Amino acid sequence: MTALIEPPTTVAADRPAEPPRGGRKAPRTTSLGGIAIQMPFWVLTAALAVIFLYPLVWTAISSVAPLAGTNQTDGWGLGNYITLANYQDGILQYIGNSVFVSLLTVVLTLVISLLGGYAFARFSFHGKNALFLATIAILMVPYATLLIPLYVLLNMVGLSNSLVGVALVLTMFQLPFSTFMMRIAFESIPKELDEAAMVDGCNSWTVLWKVLVPAVKPGLITVGLFAFLAAWNDFMAPLILINDSAKMTLPLAVSNLRGQVQGVVDYGATEAGVVVLALPCILLFLILQRHYVRGFMSGAFKG
Amino acid sequence: MSTTVTPASAPVAATRPGRAPSRRRPRRSRQGQSGGALTGWLFALPTALFVVLLFLVPLVLVFQMAASDWPLLGGNQGINFPENFPEALDNRFFIDSVIFTLKYTVLATVLLIGLGLGLALLVQESSRWKGFLRTAFLVPSALGLASASLLFYVLYSPIAGPFAELTKSWGFTFLGTPDAALWSTLFLIVWRFAGFYMLLMLVGLQGIPEEVYEAARIDGGSRWQIFRDITVPLLKPTLALTTVMCVTGSLLAFEQFYILTKGGPDNSTITVVQLIYNVAFQGPNNLGVAGALSVIVLAALVIINIVQIRAFSKKAED
Repeated sequence: MTALIEPPTTVAADRPAEPPRGGRKAPRTTSLGGIAIQMPFWVLTAALAVIFLYPLVWTAISSVAPLAGTNQTDGWGLGNYITLANYQDGILQYIGNSVFVSLLTVVLTLVISLLGGYAFARFSFHGKNALFLATIAILMVPYATLLIPLYVLLNMVGLSNSLVGVALVLTMFQLPFSTFMMRIAFESIPKELDEAAMVDGCNSWTVLWKVLVPAVKPGLITVGLFAFLAAWNDFMAPLILINDSAKMTLPLAVSNLRGQVQGVVDYGATEAGVVVLALPCILLFLILQRHYVRGFMSGAFKG
Repeated sequence: MSTTVTPASAPVAATRPGRAPSRRRPRRSRQGQSGGALTGWLFALPTALFVVLLFLVPLVLVFQMAASDWPLLGGNQGINFPENFPEALDNRFFIDSVIFTLKYTVLATVLLIGLGLGLALLVQESSRWKGFLRTAFLVPSALGLASASLLFYVLYSPIAGPFAELTKSWGFTFLGTPDAALWSTLFLIVWRFAGFYMLLMLVGLQGIPEEVYEAARIDGGSRWQIFRDITVPLLKPTLALTTVMCVTGSLLAFEQFYILTKGGPDNSTITVVQLIYNVAFQGPNNLGVAGALSVIVLAALVIINIVQIRAFSKKAED
């Protein structure tokens, strides 16, 4: 990645001879003079890019680099990942827990916000506005304020220490964003589409399933991506709701692993854990970047 | 995006005026189109269940907890209002955690809003290099806050970090003193969130029409004048929203301090939410007092947000 950054700066450095032109409004020119004028811009932005990418690159590299006090003391290799793999119940168990919670959260969020968005966009019923406002109000209540009573409530209904309980709670926290997004997505589809399908003999359920779902697919991808990232990365909900170490999710397991050996921190294994945690998120982000950005461009944040 | 919504639906309504009244009286409308109220409720039912059972009921319960003697293991021992509240205020970390949280919030908000806007202005026009920069600034925001905190925990370590030698020779540690711990955490937060705020600012900047800038340039406005007199005032809604988001998020900071500093050194970096967590699960195990603290935080948050929204809408009127 850093290799990508350098070419522009070297180009500018190679040709400092060209005197900067007097023209003030020439930032768009790609002439050599333009590049010379923009020299400070290149240096500044390249430095910023390095600052933002360096911690990620450094962690990835040093997770396979030798370091005293870890399982990878000499030479390069996967020793730290082996430590990670053998930690307590095994990293696969924790990855499995995280995958389960994340997928369940994504599925629940998609189903609920698809149906809810359709209801809010296309139907009128008693209490519609009150329900929508209550859903949005979830955003305004602190996470911790809700997690403590949720801990008690889930205990009462036998969902204490349960990954399903964590997924239910995480789904609830996703609802303001996802319901809002899906409502907008449905509202941007002309109603004529529904009507035409109705004439062809569809009912409201088949209209939704056969006609509207394909049309709101981009919205669903955005909602699903955000739900996955939130669930995969969440720390506080499992911290409070899960007691059993075999049921910990990955962030919790990696965080606990730091104090594994008599309080001595295994930095190498922690780095490996961060890589395992971050890799799926970064890959998903890079693949679905357009949808990630679209989530914000949708006007959700225009106030 | 939102601009495309209105034009799309407006012509539909305009060409079919006969449909408009049917929306008010769903009974008369053909079954389906804008549908029956009952069908609507059925589609909204899952949302309603989640909101009531996992949001409204816990919200009521937290108020009940705040008014009850409720140890973590013993369960509800009955109402003891208002005992929990003085006990919460008397907690030896309460005042310190409030002061620290406010300090952190002010610093984080100023840094994130300033840098978010600065980065957005830097990468506003589209070119290959700027596209790459946007991605580079945004990648950290794909990480979870817990993952980012763990990453910096290693990065800041005096044993394994890349600056270990350097800090040793300077006799400096990233997390050793209260001030160093605060600024190190702020750096982590800026690294993790600056791209996210840049994105929000870019959305706001897109909403400012190009003609306004053109007119200002023709009038001979300098770059700074254009920024101060055009960009900032027209960006006010975005600035208001991002500030409210940032203040709320920072007041509720938890993971970064729980993982990175564990509240130390010398309990100097305990935030309010950390205090709630500690009272509930790490020691006193008193859900009643934790509930009282939660209610206090909720009330403070509502007041702070109302004040902010009022302040911004007042400025917008000027």
